[in-house]
Amino acid sequence: MDAQSTQSALLHRDGGVSPSRGALELTLTWGGRVLGALVLAWVLVLARGTSAGPAIEDPGRFLVTLLDGVTFAGLLFVVASGFTLIFGLMRTVNMAHGSLFLLSAFIAIRVQQAMVGKTRNIESADVGILDWIVPLLVGASIAAVVGIVMQQLFLRWNQGQELRQALITLAISVVLADQMLREFGGLAVRMVWPREVTHFIEIFGSRYATSRLFMLAVAIVVGIALWVWLTRTRMGMVIRAGVDDEQMVRALGINITLVFAITFFVGAFLAGMGGVMGASFAGAATGADGDWLLNSLVVVIIGGLGSIKGAVAGSLLYGLVIAFSPAYLPSSYTFYSIILTFVLLAVVLAVRPNGLFGRAG
Amino acid sequence: MTRLTPLRLRSPGTVVLVVVLVLLFLLPTVSSTFFVDFVMARTMMLGLAAATIVFLSAYGGMISLAQLLFFGIAGFMYGNAVLESGARGLTLGWPGWVSIVFALVVTTVVALLLGALASRTTGIYYLMLTLVYGVIGFYVFAQVVPISGPGGVTSIPRPEVLADPVRLYYAGLVLSVIAYVGFRALSVTPFGRSLQGVRDDPVRMASLGFNVPLHRMLAFTLAGFVAGLAGLLNVWWNGQIDPASIGIGPTLTLLIIAVIGGMSRFEGAWVGAFVYLVANNYMRDLPLVDQLGITEARFNTIIGLLVLLIMVLSPEGLVGIFEKARAWWQRATLTPTTEAASTATTSTGVGRSGPPATADDPAADTAARSDTVAHDSPREGTDR
Repeated sequence: MDAQSTQSALLHRDGGVSPSRGALELTLTWGGRVLGALVLAWVLVLARGTSAGPAIEDPGRFLVTLLDGVTFAGLLFVVASGFTLIFGLMRTVNMAHGSLFLLSAFIAIRVQQAMVGKTRNIESADVGILDWIVPLLVGASIAAVVGIVMQQLFLRWNQGQELRQALITLAISVVLADQMLREFGGLAVRMVWPREVTHFIEIFGSRYATSRLFMLAVAIVVGIALWVWLTRTRMGMVIRAGVDDEQMVRALGINITLVFAITFFVGAFLAGMGGVMGASFAGAATGADGDWLLNSLVVVIIGGLGSIKGAVAGSLLYGLVIAFSPAYLPSSYTFYSIILTFVLLAVVLAVRPNGLFGRAG
Repeated sequence: MTRLTPLRLRSPGTVVLVVVLVLLFLLPTVSSTFFVDFVMARTMMLGLAAATIVFLSAYGGMISLAQLLFFGIAGFMYGNAVLESGARGLTLGWPGWVSIVFALVVTTVVALLLGALASRTTGIYYLMLTLVYGVIGFYVFAQVVPISGPGGVTSIPRPEVLADPVRLYYAGLVLSVIAYVGFRALSVTPFGRSLQGVRDDPVRMASLGFNVPLHRMLAFTLAGFVAGLAGLLNVWWNGQIDPASIGIGPTLTLLIIAVIGGMSRFEGAWVGAFVYLVANNYMRDLPLVDQLGITEARFNTIIGLLVLLIMVLSPEGLVGIFEKARAWWQRATLTPTTEAASTATTSTGVGRSGPPATADDPAADTAARSDTVAHDSPREGTDR
């Protein structure tokens, strides 16, 4: 009786069905499209007095901004896909996702320093491709192990109590943040890209760092691997079935507890991978855990919780807004760029309360 | 979910409450100014803000992480309005009362708009969305230089009436009492009743003709307003406000305060704030703490472990643990029939979004709540 009613509350959580909803939705959808067209027109021809200028006059700057957005979206996707994978199957909101991100980053930096043999002023020239990949694997694996220990000790036995689980992971994130501060200190540290990927290419006269393109490539590989795993393997089939009807999967004699553990492992591993990429891209420091929890949340709220497709769409939209808003807002108003993130969120939620690819259940 | 009731005269709970209140009113005459200023005044303002989290959670089933944002907005707006000169802020130089009204109006309007946007979500989605509100709010104040900037607004004067720390404490106490009694009285009003209906079954309420999003939005607005009051007390106490004080860390701290006390009882908010502040102020003075390697710097680890322990033991917080102990004691002295009834009933903890237990008999209800952990362990994965 309790199980049923909980589920029905979940299924119909946007229960505010009013007669005028259809018309409202239509208006909002068209409003969103008109807004999109206005933004496009602004960026293409109207954006005078901004730091970038209209795109038709400075296509190089436009392309660079676009690439900035898409490459950052790659990083967002790697982190958020782990978050959404865990939520999709287990309905666990892992508030410690950002902590796993930061933990992996710190550990990878330590490993890289040990491999290169220097603790400071590491140049890209000192770093071979293995000096980047091995720390990545070590850091992400440790994050994954911490994640699975967390799941086995604290989340396994209260599966389905979403808020309790969110608060438990929240408490863990507070402890992890404090312990990381003790162990790694409060100074920002940096992971160094391998020399193979640190070049510059010319785009319409602007130099562009290939390391960002490398980051995008890694994200695309991760995305394809996830897609193959979820759609072309037996395990992926079980996970997708579990997302739809966990009890039925259990009734079919499949050990879904094991599948839960593996999914949590992969989700935490992705957070760790994202951490190492993020630390190479922008450094790692105390507070990054909260920022990346926020980033994951924004991506999955826009894209729809539990959907990998949604994570792609959410990452792209959010990444583009982050890249475009400082460049194409009038120069004296660039500090309002954060508000545009919020506008994006508001528009998406007004049109689709469950996110772009979210299902009401 | 605890059944919400207004205060009744001549019930044992009211007697306890009145005794506690009398003690709280007499407190400044016996304790040190430091204790009143740094622990009790803070308890009142943080408890008031945490009570709005409890209100949204207990009445509406909405866990909001945006309450500290409203706390902050009120502070920032007051600072911007009241200052006459200074390097930062709008320095509007308005009189105190106008500034207070302005701060509360802005806070309430922002709460109304954000509440409208969030009104079609609940449960875990609400938690995530309001966390995003809180963090984006932090960035807005950190980046929008005209109203704050990273350094915040400084040297904000207190109203002269409240210059004495003891008076500020009394102001907090009075507001807290009003909020406590008011929130509890709300449970029998038509709005309070339909809000609880929305919490338990939004679909049924919608089909009965209730406007579900409107109820959620109004509840959020009310909570934002009360959090704004707490924020005014805070800015008077602090004399300054900066974006870091409403960042993700303090946001989680406020939730932790509500969680420590217990999310289903209003007392819990102030109990949680008190425990948190006492731990924060006095932990270093405990004997043997140094030898364990626990220093002041590791305070967050202790608080995190405390919350973890509470959530593992009982999602109802300290108030829940206390009630559990009481129910256990009662059960130990009761007949086996009641015990059987208690195991047959399903309990609802923080983690459930379903309707409350079916038991209509108050004794069984209390006993059922006491069994959260015992019930949950073997029922892994089966209750959704």
